[in-house]
Amino acid sequence: MPKSHVHPYIPNAVQDTKREMMQQIGIKDIDELYADVPEKFRLKKRLNLPEPLSEHEVREHIEVLLRKNRSCRDIPTFLGAGCWPHHVPAVVDNIVQRTEFLTSYTPYQPEISQGMLQAMFEFQSMISELTAMDVANSSMYDWASALSEAVRMAVRMNNRTEVIVPKLIHSERYATLRTYVEPLKLQIKSVDYNLETGWLNIEDLKRRVSEKTTAVYIENPSYLGFVETQVEEIAEITHDKGALFIVGVDPTSLGVLKPPGDYGADIVVGEGQPLGNHLNFGGPLLGLFACRGQMELIRQMPGRVIGMTTTLGGDKTGFCMALQTREQHIRRERATSNICTNEALCSVASAAYLALLGPEGLRELGEIIMMKTQYAVQELAKTKGVKAPLFKAPHFKEFTVNFDKTGKTVRAIHQTLLKRYGIHGGKNISREFPDLGQTALYCVTEVHSKADIDQLARALGDVLRRKR
Amino acid sequence: MFQQARWDEPVIFRLGGKGRRGCNLPSVEAEVSKLTGNVIGELPKTVRRTKLPNLPELSEVEVVRHFTRLSQMNYGVDLGFYPLGSCTMKYNPKIDDLLAGATGISELHPNQDEGTVQGILEILHTLSRWLAEITGTAEVSLQPSAGAHGELLGALIIRAFHKFNGDSEKRTEIIVPDSAHGTNPASGTMAGFKIVVVPSNRNGCVDLKALKAAASERTAGLMLTNPNTLGIFEEDIAEIAETVHNVGGFLYYDGANLNAIMGKMRPGDMGFDIVHINIHKTFGTPHGGGGPGAGPIGVCKDLARFLPVPQIAYDEKRNRYFFDYNKPESIGKIRSFYGNVAVLLRAYVYILSLGIEGLEEAAEISVLNANYLVKRLREIRGLELPYAGGRPRKHECVFSAKPLFKETGVRAVDIAKRILDYGMHSPTTYFPLIVEEALMIEPTESVEKEELDRFVDVLKKISSEAYSNPDLLKKAPYNAAVTRLDEVKASHPKTMALSWRMHQKHNVIKDAGP
Repeated sequence: MPKSHVHPYIPNAVQDTKREMMQQIGIKDIDELYADVPEKFRLKKRLNLPEPLSEHEVREHIEVLLRKNRSCRDIPTFLGAGCWPHHVPAVVDNIVQRTEFLTSYTPYQPEISQGMLQAMFEFQSMISELTAMDVANSSMYDWASALSEAVRMAVRMNNRTEVIVPKLIHSERYATLRTYVEPLKLQIKSVDYNLETGWLNIEDLKRRVSEKTTAVYIENPSYLGFVETQVEEIAEITHDKGALFIVGVDPTSLGVLKPPGDYGADIVVGEGQPLGNHLNFGGPLLGLFACRGQMELIRQMPGRVIGMTTTLGGDKTGFCMALQTREQHIRRERATSNICTNEALCSVASAAYLALLGPEGLRELGEIIMMKTQYAVQELAKTKGVKAPLFKAPHFKEFTVNFDKTGKTVRAIHQTLLKRYGIHGGKNISREFPDLGQTALYCVTEVHSKADIDQLARALGDVLRRKR
Repeated sequence: MFQQARWDEPVIFRLGGKGRRGCNLPSVEAEVSKLTGNVIGELPKTVRRTKLPNLPELSEVEVVRHFTRLSQMNYGVDLGFYPLGSCTMKYNPKIDDLLAGATGISELHPNQDEGTVQGILEILHTLSRWLAEITGTAEVSLQPSAGAHGELLGALIIRAFHKFNGDSEKRTEIIVPDSAHGTNPASGTMAGFKIVVVPSNRNGCVDLKALKAAASERTAGLMLTNPNTLGIFEEDIAEIAETVHNVGGFLYYDGANLNAIMGKMRPGDMGFDIVHINIHKTFGTPHGGGGPGAGPIGVCKDLARFLPVPQIAYDEKRNRYFFDYNKPESIGKIRSFYGNVAVLLRAYVYILSLGIEGLEEAAEISVLNANYLVKRLREIRGLELPYAGGRPRKHECVFSAKPLFKETGVRAVDIAKRILDYGMHSPTTYFPLIVEEALMIEPTESVEKEELDRFVDVLKKISSEAYSNPDLLKKAPYNAAVTRLDEVKASHPKTMALSWRMHQKHNVIKDAGP
């Protein structure tokens, strides 16, 4: 693009306009506005950045690069592990592309931002219904940071020094938690699992829970897809010692699985991405955060919360940010968290998604996922040497596939599967959990057809029969 | 005059009707259902949901109308002037959105084999090199999801460095100026530091004497915005950096105001060791009503080893991009996966579209626009420009409505609400804290002169309204979707309704319903 062009995004770059404005200010050169910058800091060299491209050129450039990617649309892919492929209804994409939503800032002026505020209130309300909690905030960055903030909140509540997590937690969530709580000098203790079912080893849990425990955290469905069934017992053991019970969820399971609020959870966290948000190579995600309605808890919540109110002296309903005195822009170093920009637009997508599905749709989604998961398990387990799943328990959306008896590594199997059969296997978790041997985590949702699963099973059989 | 849409749109729970559906799901093949049977029935009772969640039941068209109506009651950059100070509400190019929506990115799974994602890895790697170049830092992590997330990461890296050197017991303090964004002290605290606040001097800049008194062997670092929140360049930056470095602390750059200096100067050259970048401000990605954004950080060489894993790296020999997890001193992770990729891709497109000349020009015109407003707004009765009146501002300026308040009783909040009536968004109010009745105005580069003039005219009108009919302003706005809201009620324990179920339980506020 020739330099003489005025850039379309910068209207006042036209020479005459610039000159007129400078004249009004009383300067001859824009650099006079930088006169207070010490000379030695002003850039003398040209930065090593590209020349401007026209819109058409940009588009071609990006399309060439994106063609080097092979998306889940191009190849049957069985990956989940915290970011799940689901159908995103056209309506959802359409709604979040409304530029009135898209190009707005945080609703600091509520009167002119009612649309976003109401949509976020509806999101909070739907998450409250799904999880059977009283309050949800308007979003965290992702599940991992939501968990981390939940544990920090527990420490604010009871000032204790240890948190208990399951051994079979998502390693990235564990790593994030460790980073977030390191300054608190909080000890993270991992509870063993039952080798047969994958469930929390209750005896080990009892041994570890004490008056030092700030919170006990479980994931349900677990990272490895099995459903933890001892939830009431875990809640009781936790509450007996005065600790908080934090449950992490995949919300697409909550049409069929009991909501954590019904089995004693004090805080619920989770990942809202599967509710109407695309994979996007793992970001943006949508951290869910909900808690019980006691004021002591609500006052310690991190993040933005939208509340219903009325006009001043009137009775027309409206919405605005509530409890801002917890937040950094008011409370500064005494804020409950530093979060301000969150994942607002993703929460609107999720509100629209949940409205489209409704209660019956959500139940049906859960049922479809469970059926297809079950079917995939049955088909893969037929292959010689394959154990699927490792754990004898109901599974939701994901399940472990163990290849120990095939004499091959997950890596080698998946490479062949991808290169020769054009299928992307599940996530290799052999290094994450060495105790589980050569194991992969497979994910099946409503977007996987029987044909996809059959093709996978056939190909895996072929791969395993090959000499190398 | 402007009039925002006013739909009496009920809360979605009041809409729809039993049995309606807005979306069909893929069916389960007969053979599959036959083989698997009643999967839900086989779930143990302890974990089976018996009562369906109370979600509304709507048809597709009802959902579309509901959210379209809501969108019409929301003001965005595409509708008009949005001079919200410190937020850099510039134009969000449409081509960026279009390309970010391509399936070649939106349907990529983060755990895919590296060989299947070379295109996006190249984009992310190149972007991180560009951001390092723009900020003058050695290495960039794209992982933080927002500016505050970047701040937290930066503070944790400072902590990690001091810990690595066996110094963490001693290095307990982070210094922030009293004009700092609230996130700075909040992030420092989250990272385990004690916050030491230094006052501003008469020019609205860091008081060097106070800084020298505050800096000690306990200092882990200083968090600073430059140009600062008044829009004034911290001209003593060399001495500030020296003071902090001399006691062994690090200099952290809050990138909220990077738009003013892109291509003109670099934080790294001024002595900053860590820089965060608000992608959703400086690089024109839409803010989505509060997110998603992205807040990458760049760090100096000494701190690069502490960055979170993975870094996206390039193997020249094999001409291949890959995830580098081999960082033994890394602080670990601060979120899942690699960052807000859909946002980062937009920034990549933005930089390509503007190029080096365009970025520099954006900075210059944003500064020109702000100074034009300074000049013109000083004509207005009741407004004054506190601090360093003779010095140019950078990308934003902060006026005080204190004289107007004293003379008419009309406050900054009233002015802000009244601006809405004229079809513009208001400036940031009551920030920075060192300015009474503050109006913080950031026009950005993407506004034409006529709109700036119109904004000046609007403020003139409002000023004369304040002197002739102050009560008019205290009840503004009149033309937004709703009149002024009772924000106290929303936070009061007796009237609090933070969810539909809480609302129904308390049932204090009457909602618009059939």
